[in-house]
Amino acid sequence: MSTSAKTLQELTNRQYKHGFVTDIEADTVPRGLNEDVIRLISAKKNEPEFMLDWRLKAYRHWLTMKEPRWQNVRYPPIDYQDIVYYSAPKPKGQGPKSLEEVDPELLKAFEKLGIPLEEQKRLSGVAVDAVFDSVSVATTFKEKLAKAGVIFSSFSEAVQKHPDLVKKYLGSVVPYSDNFFATLNSAVFSDGSFVYIPKGVRCPMELSTYFRINAENTGQFERTLIVAEEGSYVSYLEGCTAPMRDKNQLHAAVVELVALDNAQIKYSTVQNWYPGDAQGKGGIYNFVTKRGAARGRASKISWTQVETGSAITWKYPSVILQGDDAVGEFHSVALTNNYQQADTGTKMIHIGKNTRSTILSKGISAGHGQNTYRGLVKIQKGATGSRNYTQCDSLLLGNRCGAHTMPYIEVKNTSSQVEHEASTSKIGEDQLFYCTQRGISEEDAVSMIVNGFCREVFKELPMEFAVEAQKLLSVSLEGSIG
Amino acid sequence: MTELTQSLRESFTQRTNGPLRLLREAAFARFAKLGLPTTQDEDWKYTSLAALAQMRFELAAEATVHDVDRWTLSDAAVRLTFVNGRYRPELSSRAPGGAFIGSLSAALVERPELVERELARHADSHGDALTALNTAFIEDGAFVHLPAGAALQAPIHLLYVSTAPGKPTLSQPRNLIVAGANSQATVVETYAGLDNEVYFTNAVTEVVLGDNARVDHYKLQAESARAFHVALTQIHQGRDSRFSSHSVALGAALARNEVRALFASEGSECTLNGLYMATGKQHLDNRTLIDHKSPRCTSRELYKGVLDGHSRGVFSGRVLVRQDAQKTDASQTNKNLLLSDDAIVDTKPQLEIFADDVKCAHGAAVGQLDENALFYLRSRGIGQEAARSLLTYAFASEMVNLVPLGPLRARVRDLVTSKLPAFERLKEAA
Amino acid sequence: MTRSELLLRVKDLHATVGGKEILRGIDLEVGPGEVHAIMGPNGSGKSTFAQVLAGRETFEVTKGEVLYQGQDLLALSPEERAVAGIFMAFQYPVEIPGVGNLYFLRTALNALRKRRGEEELDAMDFLALAKQKMKLVAMDESFTGRSVNEGFSGGEKKRNEIFQMAVLDPRLAILDETDSGLDIDALRTVASGVNSLRSKDRAMIVITHYQRLLEYIVPDRVHVMGNGRIVRSGGRELALELEQKGYAQVEGRREAAR
Repeated sequence: MSTSAKTLQELTNRQYKHGFVTDIEADTVPRGLNEDVIRLISAKKNEPEFMLDWRLKAYRHWLTMKEPRWQNVRYPPIDYQDIVYYSAPKPKGQGPKSLEEVDPELLKAFEKLGIPLEEQKRLSGVAVDAVFDSVSVATTFKEKLAKAGVIFSSFSEAVQKHPDLVKKYLGSVVPYSDNFFATLNSAVFSDGSFVYIPKGVRCPMELSTYFRINAENTGQFERTLIVAEEGSYVSYLEGCTAPMRDKNQLHAAVVELVALDNAQIKYSTVQNWYPGDAQGKGGIYNFVTKRGAARGRASKISWTQVETGSAITWKYPSVILQGDDAVGEFHSVALTNNYQQADTGTKMIHIGKNTRSTILSKGISAGHGQNTYRGLVKIQKGATGSRNYTQCDSLLLGNRCGAHTMPYIEVKNTSSQVEHEASTSKIGEDQLFYCTQRGISEEDAVSMIVNGFCREVFKELPMEFAVEAQKLLSVSLEGSIG
Repeated sequence: MTELTQSLRESFTQRTNGPLRLLREAAFARFAKLGLPTTQDEDWKYTSLAALAQMRFELAAEATVHDVDRWTLSDAAVRLTFVNGRYRPELSSRAPGGAFIGSLSAALVERPELVERELARHADSHGDALTALNTAFIEDGAFVHLPAGAALQAPIHLLYVSTAPGKPTLSQPRNLIVAGANSQATVVETYAGLDNEVYFTNAVTEVVLGDNARVDHYKLQAESARAFHVALTQIHQGRDSRFSSHSVALGAALARNEVRALFASEGSECTLNGLYMATGKQHLDNRTLIDHKSPRCTSRELYKGVLDGHSRGVFSGRVLVRQDAQKTDASQTNKNLLLSDDAIVDTKPQLEIFADDVKCAHGAAVGQLDENALFYLRSRGIGQEAARSLLTYAFASEMVNLVPLGPLRARVRDLVTSKLPAFERLKEAA
Repeated sequence: MTRSELLLRVKDLHATVGGKEILRGIDLEVGPGEVHAIMGPNGSGKSTFAQVLAGRETFEVTKGEVLYQGQDLLALSPEERAVAGIFMAFQYPVEIPGVGNLYFLRTALNALRKRRGEEELDAMDFLALAKQKMKLVAMDESFTGRSVNEGFSGGEKKRNEIFQMAVLDPRLAILDETDSGLDIDALRTVASGVNSLRSKDRAMIVITHYQRLLEYIVPDRVHVMGNGRIVRSGGRELALELEQKGYAQVEGRREAAR
C-alpha cells in the first residue's frame, strides 16, 4: 500500500458530526399506511377538503404503482407498512406563535447543528424555515420578508393562509401521479416550505430550509413549493441532517418550482443526511423528486447541489424549459464513500424556442461507493435554436469504487446544438507528490485537489454554503482509500 | 404470440435434426421464453420491432439472383457469397491455401472439431432474444479459421445478398472467424438487397482473436430500403491482440447493428468506428459494448450519424471497465448531424467504471451544418443542395478515410455519396 | 570540509524503478552556499536522482545512504523533507485544476511554518510577501488568480517554480532541468531569479542537459552523470569541455580510465 493510501486509511471512521438524537416528546401516528392514516394526517393539519381529496387520489393511484428498479442502486425491499408517516414534536399548548414559544430543546437541537434560529444570532442575509421530522417548527425573518410582499412559511401555514395559491400550483409541476415516490409523498407529505415572490420583487435575503430527521422509524416526506411571479428573483437553500441509526430511513421529498416571465429561481442544496457507517449499515434513503417549470419567457431556473450524505441518493432535479428563451442550469457535486450509492443527475426538457441549458456534474467515488450520473437532455420539435452543454467529470479514489456516466440525449430538432463531454480519472500520483514536496500533507493535498475539482460547482453556491460545502467534502472523504 | 414467433415455431419444428440439435433446441427455448424485445426493454428503448412482430417470413428458399457482381471487391483474396443465408459455391471464389475459409455447413462436416470449439461460445444466446433466434436456426454462414502465424494481406469478402420475390424471406447467417495466435486478416462483410423487397436478415458473427492476432473487420450494410436487418458482431480478444471494426450502415428500413468486444486478456487494443446515414423513414440503431475485463487495454470508438428526412438514428455505446482492468485507456465519441426538422437522434453514451487507475472519456454531440460554411460555399456559386451535400460529405468523409485506400474505400465512398442528393457532382469532389 | 559541516552527503546511492536499476552508486557532497551543477545525457539518471532526493516513492532506494544536515534523509516523507528545507523545482510542474496558485502556495508555506513551530501567515501578510517575491521572476499579477500551473506556458511554469522557491525559502534547492524548453529571454529571467536567491546558507543542485544555463548560473562544482553514476567531477571548466567535446567523449575517458 502506498503512503497515500495509508494516510487516508488512518483517517477512517471519523464521526458523522450531526448524529445526535434530541429527546423530545413526539406526536406520532401509528405505523403503517392506509386511508385512515392519511385522513388522520390531514385532520391533524386541519386541512381544507381539496387537500384531503388530493392526498387520497394520490394514495389510490400509489396502490396501483410498482417501485422502480431501473436505477443503478441496490437496496433490500422497503416495508411500507413498517414506517411511521407522521411525527411531530408535541406542541406546548396551542403551538408556537413566535420563536419565543418554540420548545427550547428544539432551539438547542438546531443550534447544535449550526443553525441558530434566534434572528439576532443569524447571519442577517438568510431567513430560515426549520423542519423537524414531519413539521416546520420555526420560520425566521417573516416580518421583514412580509414587508417586501414575500411569503415564506411552512407548507401547513400556507395551506391555511393562502389556499388559493396552494391549490393553483400544488402538483402543477410534479403531478400526484408522477412516480412511485412522488405519489407516496403526495399522499402523506406532512410539511415543508412555501415561497411566493410577487411580481417584480427581488427577494431581499436568501431563503433557506433546514431539514432534520430525529424520530426513529419515521419517514420524512416534505414538500416544497416555490412560485416566482413575473420579473421576480429568489435564491433558496436547503440543508439536511439526521441522527446515526442502524436502520435505514426513507426520505421521499418533492420540490416544485414555478418561474413565470423573466423570473429567476436559484435553488441550492447541501445534502448531508446520515450516510450509514463505514460498513454500510444504516443511513437515509434519499429518493427525491425535484422539478422546476421555467414557464415564462426568459425565465431561469438553476439547481446547485452538493450531495455528500445519504446511504442512497436517487434524484434528478430537472427543468422543463417551456418559455421561449428560458434557461436551465444544473450544477452538482456528488460524493460517495464507504458503501454509499448515488444515482443522480438531471433532466432538461427543451420545449420553448431558443432555450438553453447547462449541466455540470462532478462525481467523486471513494471506498466502495458507487456513483452514477444519469441525465436526459430532450430537445422537442418546437424548441428551435436551443442549446445544451453537458460536462460530467468523475474522480476515483481507490480501486473498489465505481463511477458511471449515463447520459440520454434525444433531439428532434435540426436547429439545436447538444454537446456532452465526460471524463473519468483518479488523483494523479504526480499531483500528490507536487503538493507533498511543497510540504503539504497527503490528507490536505487530497482534500485540496478534490475541492479544486469541484470549484466550478462551489462557486455557484451562496458564500456561506460554499464554505460549508468545502468542509463537508473534506470530512466525507476521510478514510476514503484502503 | 406474435405472427413472427408463430411462423418461426412452425419452421423450427420442421428442421430440428443435425449435429447441433441440443444447442439449437436450447436456444429456441430461450427465444420462446424471452420473446421479441419491446421498447419497455432498456436495451430497445429507442427501437421498436412492432412492425417485424406482425410479419411472417419464409426461411431462406433457393432463389435465382442477378447482378451479384456489382457487390464484389476486385482485390479480395477470396469471396464467399450467400444468397438468403445459404452458401452458393458457384457465386464464390476459391480460398487460398493455409487457412480454412468456407461455408459453416461444409466446415461442420469437414472440420467439426475446429468449429465446435468456438461456435456459439461467445455471442449471448441466453439474454439476447435475437441472438438466441439466430442460434436456434444455425445452419450456414462463413467459417474462417486462420492457423497460428497465418497472415492474409488481401481481404476475405463475405457477401450476403437477399432476394424475396413474392413472399418476405428470413435469412440468419451465422459466421465464425477464428484467428490463431500471431495471425492477421481483413474481413469484409457486405449485406445487400438485390431488389426493393421486404426481407429480414438476422446475422450473428463471432470473432475470436488469439494472442497477438490482428483482425480488421469491415461491415457494409446496404440492404433494400424495405428490409429489416439485425446483426451482432461479438469479439473475443486474446492477449496483445488488435481488433478494429468499421461499420457503415446505409440501407434497410429498420436496422440494428451491435458490436460487442470483450478483452479477455491484457494488453489488447480495440477500435470501433461507425457511420450511419439515414434518409426517408429509415431507422438505424447502433449499439456497442466494450468490456474492459483485463488490465492495460486500449479502446477507441468513433461513431458518426447523418440523419435526413423523417429518419431516426440511435447510438448507444457502453464502455464497461471492470475492477481488475487497471491502466485502461478508453475513449468514445458520437457525433450526429441532423439535416431535417423531422429527423430524430437519440444518443446514449455510457461509461461504467469500477477500476481507479484508468483514463476514460466520452463525448456526444448533435448539431447541424455550419451556416457560415454553407453561406461561404453559396457565395462562391455552389447551389444550396450541392453545398449541403458537400458539407455533409465532409462530415462523413472522416469515416470513409479510415478505410485503407483501395477498392474497399472506393466502394464505401460510392455508397456514402449515393445517399447524398447531389452525389453525381460530388463523386468528383470526393 | 568536515563531515558535520556538510549540508548533503550522498554515499553509494542505488535506486530502481519497476525492478530496473537507474542509479548505480552515486557519491556527492554539498556544502552550505555551494552551487553544484549535474549534467549528463538523457537517461543518465539526473532527474531520478533529483526525485529520489525529494522523496518520490516511484523509485526504490536499494542501497546507499543520504545524510542531510547529518540526518538520515531517506527515512523522511516528502513533506518532512520539505519541512527540513528541501525544495525541488520540477522539470514538469504539475497542473492542479481549480486550486488557486496563491492559495496553494500559502497552504504550503503555512504547513512548513506550522511544523517548524512558527506562526502561520494570514492572507494579507502572505499577499505582501508574495508580491515582493513575484518581482524576482517578473511575474505579473494575473498569475495570482489562476489555478496552479493550469494553462501556463512552459516559461510561466518554470518562473512559477522559482517564485515558489523564493517564498518557501529552502536550504537546499534542487532545480530539475529548469532551463529546458525556455527561450533565451525566459532563461535570463529565471536565472536572475535563481541568482538573487543564492546565499551563504542556501545550497543548490542545478540539473541540466545544456551548458547554456551555466553561463547564467555559475556553479562551484560540475558533475557529469552517465549510466546512473557520477563519471566526472570538476570545476566550471568541465562544463565548457563538455560543450566542446560532447558527453560521449567525456564519459569515454572515464570508462577508459577504469
